[in-house]
Amino acid sequence: MSIEIRNLSRQFGSFVALHNINLQVNPGELLALLGPSGSGKTTLLRIIAGLETADSGQVLFNQEDSTTKHVRDRHVGFVFQHYALFRNMTIFENVAFGLRVRPRKERPNTREINRRVTELLQLVQLDWLADRYPHQLSGGQRQRIALARALAVEPSVLLLDEPFGALDAKVRKELRAWLRKLHNDMHITSVFVTHDQEEALEVADRIVIMNRGRIEQIGTPDEVYEKPANPFVYEFLGHVNLFHGRVHHGQAWISGLKIDVPEHAAAEDLNAIAYVRPHDIEVSRAINGESALAVHVVHILSIGPVVRLELMYGDNPTQHTIHAAISKEHFRELQLVKGDQVFIKPRRLALFPNHDQEQLIY
Amino acid sequence: MSTFKQYSVLPGFNLALGFTLLYLSLVVLIPLSAAFIHSAKLTWPEFWSTVTAPRVIASYRLTFGASFAAAVVNAFFGLLVAWVLVRYPFPGKRLVDALIDLPFALPTSVAGITLTAIYAGNGWIGQYLEPLGIKVAFTPIGVFVALTFIGLPFVVRTVQPVLEDIEKELEEAAAMLGATRWQIFRRIIFPTILPALTTGFALAFARAIGEYGSVIFIAGNIPMISEITPLLIITKLEQYDYTGATAIAVVMLVISFILLLIINLLQWWVHHRGIKV
Repeated sequence: MSIEIRNLSRQFGSFVALHNINLQVNPGELLALLGPSGSGKTTLLRIIAGLETADSGQVLFNQEDSTTKHVRDRHVGFVFQHYALFRNMTIFENVAFGLRVRPRKERPNTREINRRVTELLQLVQLDWLADRYPHQLSGGQRQRIALARALAVEPSVLLLDEPFGALDAKVRKELRAWLRKLHNDMHITSVFVTHDQEEALEVADRIVIMNRGRIEQIGTPDEVYEKPANPFVYEFLGHVNLFHGRVHHGQAWISGLKIDVPEHAAAEDLNAIAYVRPHDIEVSRAINGESALAVHVVHILSIGPVVRLELMYGDNPTQHTIHAAISKEHFRELQLVKGDQVFIKPRRLALFPNHDQEQLIY
Repeated sequence: MSTFKQYSVLPGFNLALGFTLLYLSLVVLIPLSAAFIHSAKLTWPEFWSTVTAPRVIASYRLTFGASFAAAVVNAFFGLLVAWVLVRYPFPGKRLVDALIDLPFALPTSVAGITLTAIYAGNGWIGQYLEPLGIKVAFTPIGVFVALTFIGLPFVVRTVQPVLEDIEKELEEAAAMLGATRWQIFRRIIFPTILPALTTGFALAFARAIGEYGSVIFIAGNIPMISEITPLLIITKLEQYDYTGATAIAVVMLVISFILLLIINLLQWWVHHRGIKV
């Protein structure tokens, strides 16, 4: 089922939770709503679910206006951050709940309910816990049960509100992969909310990046990571180094480096900020002709295949830390130790003219 | 001894247990056992004839019957009041919330006089009930009204916090799964508040059994009809029949104890059906 959101707005008092949101969720897609807290992502999800109402705008399921439809009639599965399992029921009864509360005419018979619930418990690999109560389960298990319970009513849309937010790092990673696999098998249109960039990049087909009630960018994980639409997205997605400088007729001066930026040929002496990801910083022992920045190695973190360097640039009042990531082989070639002087230059950078950092409050 | 005492990081177990037992003995156990000892002055047939006299039996019936009925009514309406107080914002909510505690704070005799004045044949409410053939004051119904009055806060105050703690998400989850309002109440909310409700019921019931002050005014105290057991005990005391009074007291004690035991077992059973946080 497709979901379409048209001109949706929502205010809580003077706080604008959502501002004129337009969004299309394609059938069978796994979409992530990503943003910092207070960005409106959960409100948007709850409006899609029907748990919250919008001030204006529409929610369409399969081109059919469902804005005023009751929660019960939306056929939406919802997974809460804190599981929201029914404490007074066994795991089996939790999963069976959605089937048991159906009107008598539509309700499957006991044997059918048994079959369906067992099937779902097998799907989430927890059939051996059927007789337990929620408080006897671990967080990861509870969330899998919550998912099974949501799937029991065969929803046409699955909505997940920070589903792994309350779990520890290892379980979160496992469940992420597991959710991805489950989605590949079932192809149910799914929207999940997260503030964890890594989670969104790893799991989602497409990512919607939200900030202060607005959509900043929509795209595949590759697109949003490689081509961030604006400084907010750049800073929000992964580690970046920030540089201040000026841009004039296709050339940028950043921290004393002169860099060609042909895409900004029309710029006339503008302030600019530039972002460079740690792995886009080239580290060398000597200046090879071109302009490069002299820095000192302050800290080396060499665990894993990537070596992270903390580099200090400039003198005391204007000191500036730069993070770089290089491969282990390159690290060995350079034979770096703490305190060494090296030269760096950005291999790739994103330049945003006419931006002060003050505009980037989030 | 070594198996009895378990080592714990919390200090002061011996002292705390000793104090608790001493306190419990002084305040509860010794006075209660005195009642048993005193009534033992009677021979068994004497005891039996005292506690099974028709007038006494009638008073048991009234005391326990009216208390039970009042506790049941309170369980229902107390739940309703708690529900309204927790779920809906309305003007004057804090005032209503404070009023709930009034039966706790009010001297019971004040409550008794007030209720009698209102429900008497010429009182505010009584004058409209009398033509309908309903006499409240000076009948068992009056006893029931007084016991309902004093028992209400027990149910409200035990259910209220539990109701407040029910996460909104549980209801949302149930609604998303297609449950109607009634199904959500019956399958999710009610099982969650049931332990608190039984506790409130038990407290209201226990309080009603022991109630004296508010009842004697409105009851009219007609032997065989509207005479409660505590009043009978006072009557016997006034006639210097101390042993007879303690004999009835012992019966009250035993029955109350058994009832509380049953309610506690019921609570335990409700609690251990997985309703845990």
